[in-house]
Amino acid sequence: MTDWRQERTARDARIARAGPHADGKVVPAAKAVDLLEAILQPGDRVCLEGDNQKQADCLARALSACDPARVHDLHMVQSGIVLPEHLDVFEQGIARRLDYSYSGPQGARIAKMLYGGQIELGAVHTYLELFARYFIDLTPNVALIAGVSADRDGNLYTGPNTEDTPTVVEATAFKNGVVVAQVNAIVDKVPRVDIPGDRIDFVVEADRPFYVEPLFTRDPAAVTETQILMAMMAIKGIYAEYGIRRLNHGIGFGTAAIELLLPTYAERLGLKGRIATHWALNPHPSLIPAIESGWVKQIHCFGSEVGMDRYIRARPDVFFTGSDGSLRSNRAFCQTAGLYACDLFIGSTLQIDLQGHSSTVTTNRVAGFGGAPNMGSDPHGRRHPSDTWMKAGREAGGEGDPALRRGRKLVVQLVETFGDKLVPAFVEKLDALELARKLKLELAPVMIYADDVTHIVTEEGIANLLLCRTLDEREQAIRGVAGYTEVGRGRDKAMVERLRQRGIIRRPEDLGIEPLDADRSLLAAKSIKDLVHWSGGLYEPPAKFRNW
Amino acid sequence: MALKPVTFSADPGDQSWYEASARARLAGLLDAESFQEFIGPEQRMMSPHLPLFDLPRAFDDGMIVGRGRLDGQAVLAAAQEGRFMGGAFGEIHGAKLVGLLRAALAEAPAALLILFDTGGVRLQEANAGETAIAEVMRAIAQVRAAGIPVIGLIGGRAGCYGGGGLIAGTCSRLVVSESGRISVSGPEVIETNKGAEEFDSRDRALVWRTMGGKHRRLLGGADAFVGDTIGAFRDAALTQIAKAPAFDLATLEAEQARLEARLARFGDCHDATEVWGRLGVNDPDAVPGMTTEAFDALLARLPEAPHDAR
Amino acid sequence: MEKLNFRHSTTQALPGTRRQAIVGVVASGNLEVLLERSLPPDEFTVEIDTAIDGFGDVWEAVVADFVDRRQPGGLRITINDGGARPDTVALRLAQGARLMEAM
Repeated sequence: MTDWRQERTARDARIARAGPHADGKVVPAAKAVDLLEAILQPGDRVCLEGDNQKQADCLARALSACDPARVHDLHMVQSGIVLPEHLDVFEQGIARRLDYSYSGPQGARIAKMLYGGQIELGAVHTYLELFARYFIDLTPNVALIAGVSADRDGNLYTGPNTEDTPTVVEATAFKNGVVVAQVNAIVDKVPRVDIPGDRIDFVVEADRPFYVEPLFTRDPAAVTETQILMAMMAIKGIYAEYGIRRLNHGIGFGTAAIELLLPTYAERLGLKGRIATHWALNPHPSLIPAIESGWVKQIHCFGSEVGMDRYIRARPDVFFTGSDGSLRSNRAFCQTAGLYACDLFIGSTLQIDLQGHSSTVTTNRVAGFGGAPNMGSDPHGRRHPSDTWMKAGREAGGEGDPALRRGRKLVVQLVETFGDKLVPAFVEKLDALELARKLKLELAPVMIYADDVTHIVTEEGIANLLLCRTLDEREQAIRGVAGYTEVGRGRDKAMVERLRQRGIIRRPEDLGIEPLDADRSLLAAKSIKDLVHWSGGLYEPPAKFRNW
Repeated sequence: MALKPVTFSADPGDQSWYEASARARLAGLLDAESFQEFIGPEQRMMSPHLPLFDLPRAFDDGMIVGRGRLDGQAVLAAAQEGRFMGGAFGEIHGAKLVGLLRAALAEAPAALLILFDTGGVRLQEANAGETAIAEVMRAIAQVRAAGIPVIGLIGGRAGCYGGGGLIAGTCSRLVVSESGRISVSGPEVIETNKGAEEFDSRDRALVWRTMGGKHRRLLGGADAFVGDTIGAFRDAALTQIAKAPAFDLATLEAEQARLEARLARFGDCHDATEVWGRLGVNDPDAVPGMTTEAFDALLARLPEAPHDAR
Repeated sequence: MEKLNFRHSTTQALPGTRRQAIVGVVASGNLEVLLERSLPPDEFTVEIDTAIDGFGDVWEAVVADFVDRRQPGGLRITINDGGARPDTVALRLAQGARLMEAM
């Protein structure tokens, strides 16, 4: 007779093995290694929670301290490879196979270990894609997650940085897995229940609060005139032109400049209420002046941002907050919102090729994807119209009955033609191709595919790729805004001029933008301290951003 | 399409002093269109030394000098460009300021304004720079002795360090904003010589509370504290010209007495916040975060009488 | 340091009457541009002192585009460059031309 309960029986055995190390569900930090050695089995799929923001760092340290003779050949399925311990476990033989999404600060080391064969790579995913696979073929046996506090029954308060936790727990707890949460404190009553206690098997009281990276803070003091010029072009040439209300901004100084220009430049253009009202966005400090000036209706967040908690609590009309008053973020929902309910994504990249493919990979760094490819793609499952989406669809052209033509999401690359140390952003061939060849990857790691990109904004102008009708036009439109890079200087000048006549390329002067206005005096805040003042003292920036 | 400038506020008085170039500060500080530059960029009076070090030069060597009007009064003014070589004193840079001070004796303006923005002496022409510092201090003494107030305005990126800090000490009056830092040895110099335990130059909060405008104002090192706008500096400069003390033995003895009393009272403090506590500030930790208005209110509440030494 | 000189003939004089303007500051990645209306209306020259050697062809392209787009006849431009990116140079030239066009 078939045993339909093998997984459940195995789970019960794991819990039983862990019993001696726990007091009910509670495990002291000093026993975390014993706990993990008791519940983990060789070959387990393990999700060690960590993304581009929060980290289950106490549990990461514990996992890397496990005895490789007992815990080995794990298959790590996790959003972020961010902490050194995330890779230490592969060096020590504790883990062998990896499916992940984002590896920002460990990009160079992960590339080295991939070349060296120390990591058996499944795939590099987008966040949403990896979450999806948690429910289909990468379901974790064990999830190691992070929260702010828990009670003795395991009811978990994640605080403002809820992020991936509900998704990870959903996939693990409801499919016979074991969930271990590290918390900053065990309390009698949690401020709000983000994860019900019956989904949490063990609670480890961490020796120090979990780490959160202030990833989305950009100091306005570092915004350049070139970035201001580009922000003016984006606002006038795209936001105003398409009436963009629902949007997502990627990380970077270029998008920070747009945020800081809303209450000044965009206000002067009379755009308040007509653009940038509804957001899928982390709580960027640089958006504070726009919020305070009444530009922003609401924001749903992937995660939180260090120092923004008090400000968010005081603005529940704008942010999603819980009964305790603090932010409720949720990466899976926000990614979905960005994909289906936003009309524009705008973000930066490191390299763009002649077709418009873009990548943040260089031959020595594998940074992963995070959420940008989801935000920066045209969702074919979308069915609701909006003026923006329909206008972009019309520009893209096509045959047959207009009522059968889908709209288009605007996917905008905001990129300075030269990056640090005069490295050109426009290239004939992406470094990602060379990386794929060296690592024998079937797919080159492309952040945003050419057929999803609708506009490229550089300091030289805007290229509207929707209006290009041939590959040749597309290439010349890209060359035509590529400035003084080799790609830019290789343009067919006559053809670029014709594209400009057709409005496919628009220069600042075509948009009526005065170069003398590209000045820092146009920024609504010029420093972190200005942001604090805008927030009425509610924004509390981390020490590294303070000079007071 | 017609090009029409769009700015948040077109009024030069509303612009940030910290952000503005030396030229923009002068243009906004003085009465509109009143500034006449001496030895302008078109004369290309540039450093003879920098090419030897393969370094780029500036047409004005980072020092802009000239005459203008402040609320109708004739003034002379000098402004350092803190972004060019940290506003450092080189041969031409220093000579332009010395020359302006000497011209003051002949022109007898209502005041001479120095818009400091400097890290000190330019290493590549250190002898000339050091000499210039000494000549400037001597010239300031002569100008003040002739009854002409010399007002220092400090709120730029480079602060007022090294020889600039020494020169500031000889001015009749100093106006400072929060971003303005005044000291002789800079944070990195102190750390290099005494170690990070003595002074961690990367601790920006420590740097600002030790050398920044609020501390200098609370300690009496600066005479007026202003918000970071060109208009605020203009208003403060006008007020301080009227308040400049006579340059005589009584003033110098009063200043000496003030400094001795200050040393006796605060010499054993290990942090600026201790000094503020002794001055009667209830919550010293809140001072760095205060807005200009809140800080003004605090100054008004403190028991200390505003000194008029110098 | 490298010195570069370019001379162009233009079909038009730059509009405006301002005799002289200066824009930008010499700093790392930045430059100052001195503009003087001192040449015959169909002539244009640029002298550049740059901190970074070996970018003569890029400078030539930036200057040629500026001449193309602005027709800056009558201007003598002198540049002290602290190693600015080409886009910064182009922006400063455009800003300088706008200042000179002011009546």
